[in-house]
Amino acid sequence: MGLFIAQILTGLANAGALFMVASGLSLIFGVTRVVNFAHGSFYMLGAYVGYSLMQVLPGMVGFWGAILLAGLIVGVIGVIVEICVLRPVYSAPELFQLVATFGVILVIQDLALMIWGPTDLLGPRAPGLKGVIRIMGEPVPQYDIALIIITPFVAFALWYLITKTRVGTLVRAATQDREMVGALGVNQAWLFTGVFFLGCALAGLGGALQLPKGGADLLMDFSIIGSVFVVVVIGGMGSLPGAYLAAVIISVLNVFGVTYAPQSTLVLMFVVMVIVLMFRPFGLLGKEEIAGEHGQTGEPERPIKPAGNRVRMLVTAGLVLLALLPFYSGNFAVVLVTDIMIFCLFAASLHFMLGQGGLVSFGHAAFFGGGAYAAALFVTYADTPMELALVLAPICAGLAAVVIGWVCLRSTGVYFAMLTLAFGQLLWSLAFQWGDVTGGDDGLVNIWPSDWASDNDVYYYLAFVFCIGGILLLRQAAHAPFGYAMRAARDSARQAEAMGINTKRIQWVAFTFAGIMAGLAGGLFVFSKGSIFPNELETARSFDALIVVFLGGVKTLAGGWVGGAFFEGVKDYLTRFEYWRLALGLLIIFVVILGPEGIVGSLRKAGERIGLLKTPEDAK
Amino acid sequence: MLEVNGVNSFYGKAQVLNDLNFDVASGTVVALLGRNGAGKTTTMKSIMQLVRPRKGKIIYQGQDITGWPSHKVARNGLGYVPEERRIFTQLTVLENLEVGRQPPRDGCTTWTEDMVFDLFPNLAERRHNRGKALSGGEQQMLTIARTLMGNPAFILLDEPSEGIAPVIVEQMARVILQLKDEGLTVLLSEQNLHFAQAVADAVVIIEHGTQKFAGSLASLQSQPEIRDQYLSV
Repeated sequence: MGLFIAQILTGLANAGALFMVASGLSLIFGVTRVVNFAHGSFYMLGAYVGYSLMQVLPGMVGFWGAILLAGLIVGVIGVIVEICVLRPVYSAPELFQLVATFGVILVIQDLALMIWGPTDLLGPRAPGLKGVIRIMGEPVPQYDIALIIITPFVAFALWYLITKTRVGTLVRAATQDREMVGALGVNQAWLFTGVFFLGCALAGLGGALQLPKGGADLLMDFSIIGSVFVVVVIGGMGSLPGAYLAAVIISVLNVFGVTYAPQSTLVLMFVVMVIVLMFRPFGLLGKEEIAGEHGQTGEPERPIKPAGNRVRMLVTAGLVLLALLPFYSGNFAVVLVTDIMIFCLFAASLHFMLGQGGLVSFGHAAFFGGGAYAAALFVTYADTPMELALVLAPICAGLAAVVIGWVCLRSTGVYFAMLTLAFGQLLWSLAFQWGDVTGGDDGLVNIWPSDWASDNDVYYYLAFVFCIGGILLLRQAAHAPFGYAMRAARDSARQAEAMGINTKRIQWVAFTFAGIMAGLAGGLFVFSKGSIFPNELETARSFDALIVVFLGGVKTLAGGWVGGAFFEGVKDYLTRFEYWRLALGLLIIFVVILGPEGIVGSLRKAGERIGLLKTPEDAK
Repeated sequence: MLEVNGVNSFYGKAQVLNDLNFDVASGTVVALLGRNGAGKTTTMKSIMQLVRPRKGKIIYQGQDITGWPSHKVARNGLGYVPEERRIFTQLTVLENLEVGRQPPRDGCTTWTEDMVFDLFPNLAERRHNRGKALSGGEQQMLTIARTLMGNPAFILLDEPSEGIAPVIVEQMARVILQLKDEGLTVLLSEQNLHFAQAVADAVVIIEHGTQKFAGSLASLQSQPEIRDQYLSV
């Protein structure tokens, strides 16, 4: 009994930081519609800044002062990020901003590495609260008790601010219709900045508060962001009490998981999330999402048309060059281009469902990594030859997509995105924790191609045929009646339904098709590398694909593979440098600000301006 | 007080307004008439800079406000009441009014909650209800009340009689005349000529984004062919 209560108390204490980060994320999303992927980074910064401040500020006052100051400083850093990075891209197509926030993650990671170094920092213990108290004989750290008391106060202050003050009223109004708030004389720009300050300060506060329990390290940003998304989704977007409730549930669950089912701690959280969303699609205390009703931005979608003769000739020439690559370049280039082609197929499959179907998935790596793991498992446990494994990989990924798609498509918009993320994490945690079968962190190795394909050049041609074929097939589907139905479902689901299109089924098929293609890419990947590790299933991998799609241009047909080639190429070059994340992050932010249409979209615009390409109006 | 000078507005590449030219004199009520899709709402949004005119100018009290951010336009005394009501459904009536509140402005009435409740007694009873619980007519009243809380000198009313019960339409007409007596200038858009006749001093008619008529109500009444051609009576 004592242990039971002690564990609940530990869970409640852990919930504090999680709640603060989650409520900050939720606030920012509500008002600005930006899904701030970088929120975990602000949490990490809070821990580091707090650590440094605690080194110079002495005693109990210094300790608590450092925590408050860390929150303020991180809030100010958030404001700088908002003004420099996000303000220029608010008018870009919806969700484009999240690419910018991903750039911010990379920049902050390297800046933290530069300033605080690679070693994990052990957080100082709180002066005056270093001991434990005994509850029914079980030791509970005094600091945990302090956290349990502090968190409701923060939650109450936040609740008061949002529901009882003028600023809070404006925030809630802007969450519903920000254009109207502007038309009533409220300066939206500063409201956005203010909310960003508050949200980031909360994340920073959370990071600093957990110092005595967890310290500071460079992996904090990604390790918390998954849990934060789960909390926000379970609690309900925009609901503060919901965020608190969900943070408590998840934290308590984690503590018990560690004790009673250490093999399944990570899986548990996502299982709970899926169950909650099956019954309450908008979270425990959330309200139906009505995003995008007002304040839709960006240019209208263009109709897509078959490529003209000039483009066809260019593409053919490019393909010929690519096909002849092994004849005029070395082994290194052949292997690199194999990687790039595989990544392009993966990106093109996400681009297909995102661009044509409007289905924004945060967890597409589930199918890439899933296909790869499927192939690797067949090879390892059933001695399946490569040829068969390459067929089984897309089939298994497709089957997974049928199931996952069925669940995820019950919700829409940001909830859909979060659900896909949860499934991605679920598969990742399975691969990571089910060590007996998947090898856990050590992965599965010795997955080599059949003898005839073991030569790099031969494997290059194998990948060439499947990747180029897959990309062309995806493109063909966009031009087929199925593609028309997808775009109809994307642009106006109701209208499409009224015309007799079963939009949910169309989206389900599209989701599955994208999953199959990603699985094929995964299968090709595992045989080219000879091994597979859980990081191919990671959220970071899904984000890679997402960035690539937006960088390439969502509203263009070629965006997926062009972005993929650009990203893999640049990354391969940049990773030779020590601070490559900083460079890549800045590059991403730069591209986002300069070319909100993505690479292909911006090139098309430029072509139209100098008269090389026809605009849709000219064509009429 | 307000001049619309050669305004051209676009959605993407589709031109919606074509060289609009009209004035609204201080203290008058002007009705902007036209059928569905004629460009009335876009004209309103162009004045508020919610849609940026690509050509032409909006001059308000002698100042060129073209290209200003909307909140600055509003803070200069232009109050906007949108067509689809757009009240904040999750907020209470009082909170909706709070969002509209702006500091007092020289030469304008400084509105308080009690004053707008005098104007719209139905709202007073519902002050703690959320926006989503209000009827269509009450929502329409709330949008006007919310805009009044910004103490405007000039108010843009986009289709105030649309989709509400006839008895409330009458109430709307009385309110508009009351606001005129308070010294407010009003530009309202309408499809309903009868409503416009009840309140307006002057009329502007647009069709397919092009201005077809601008003049006093009396001069429109002496030209029934214009009325029959451009308005569905």
